[in-house]
Amino acid sequence: MLTQAGVYFSVVNRLLLILVLSLSVACGLIKQPAADASLYQALGEKAGIDKLVEEFLWVVSEDPRVVDRFLKSDISRFQRNFSLQLCELSGGPCRYTGDSMQRVHGGHHISEMEFNAVVEDLLTAMERLQYSIAVQNRLLKRLAPMQPTIVGQ
Amino acid sequence: MQCAYTIFIALVKHTARWGLLLVLLLSHSARLAQATSATSDETAPLDYSQSKGRLHGTAGATQLEGSAGGGLVPWAVIAAYGSAEQVGASAFYSRVGMPDFELSSAGFALGLYNRLELSYAQQRFNLGSLADALALPDRVIRQDIFAVKLRLLGDLIYTDMPQISLGLQHKKNRDFLVPGVAGALDDEGTDIYLAFSKLWLAGFMHRNLLVDFNLRSTQANQLGLVGFSGDKNTQREWLAEGSLAVLLNRYIAVGMEYRQKPDNLSFASEDDWYDLFVAWFPTKSVSLVAAYAQLGSIAGYDAQNAWYLSLQGSF
Repeated sequence: MLTQAGVYFSVVNRLLLILVLSLSVACGLIKQPAADASLYQALGEKAGIDKLVEEFLWVVSEDPRVVDRFLKSDISRFQRNFSLQLCELSGGPCRYTGDSMQRVHGGHHISEMEFNAVVEDLLTAMERLQYSIAVQNRLLKRLAPMQPTIVGQ
Repeated sequence: MQCAYTIFIALVKHTARWGLLLVLLLSHSARLAQATSATSDETAPLDYSQSKGRLHGTAGATQLEGSAGGGLVPWAVIAAYGSAEQVGASAFYSRVGMPDFELSSAGFALGLYNRLELSYAQQRFNLGSLADALALPDRVIRQDIFAVKLRLLGDLIYTDMPQISLGLQHKKNRDFLVPGVAGALDDEGTDIYLAFSKLWLAGFMHRNLLVDFNLRSTQANQLGLVGFSGDKNTQREWLAEGSLAVLLNRYIAVGMEYRQKPDNLSFASEDDWYDLFVAWFPTKSVSLVAAYAQLGSIAGYDAQNAWYLSLQGSF
């Protein structure tokens, strides 16, 4: 009888757990504000982000799709500003003070292909630095809203 | 083991027939090795040979009727990986093994400027047990499918709204003898569908989540393989279908699909379809999908639980 009750409770518990899990999953689908710093920490804070941006530039240097664009820009300025942006976007204490994305990319007619090439290069850099898929996706999610402000400007 | 062997032999036979795919595979096998090693080796060489501009995995595979999508269901995405300024093409071969029947489908698609998709596929439905039982003169029913898909609105990833596409699949059944005897009224028909697809970055347990929902207007019996319309129902019907896929990483997705089906013939009832799939995208040029599908009752033979394999090359 006791074991039967135990089984009954474990079934109820399991159902509750499934309910709570599915609710939290459903909530996870709703947009969250970029307030918490957990992504910033997962990226290894400012030092980790600096390293990531450097690795990213190495990857870009081997990518014929976009390397010419970067060669025409002020690389060290890009490096500084992109690092600040990633720091701020991931919930870190930095403030990006550079020009707006429209201003930076205006007149350059950045194509969809070039934007996605840069995204892929960032993912490759993160893969090389062995960031988890979760961290890769979370960062990408924070960057994605920039796409309309960069492509076709 | 014997099943794996049969699949392997079947694939080899048909890749030979569809030499294009073989050439594709060979030419990309080196890259394939690169990409798989890139996941473990941090200094592996990069795979830039394919300059196509959409993100890895987001062109989907090719579904049974030749449209870019999952396995059973089209998605709103345009075939191949071309972005707004590019043109791409893909070719595929798929095979479905059921207890009593076998279906193969092969074809190609053009993707134009991430806006328009044009595709052709031919399906071959082997009547297997039914042909044996009734000593039918035709063992195989062939069907040609010409399809277009137009992206109307939205972007799979970068807009809040889903990507919405309108598709037409015009189907011509080329061996109408058996479908006609079964009670089908037409040997050709056109499916019209509206597809809504959205990819949520980090949408499910920090994995990217793809959701697709379609509404399809059709008169086709078993995709059109058993003709169109029937003695039980002659009207077009709006049916729902959908896919849910989680991208475990850049290269592997797992998911499920559902496709509602009409039921127009009193000769044999028709059931909704379900599947569970694993898709592997080692590079943007190649994808391989394996699935387990429950296809229900087909031509009077119940419980057609099937394996599904699909190979796609894209360039």
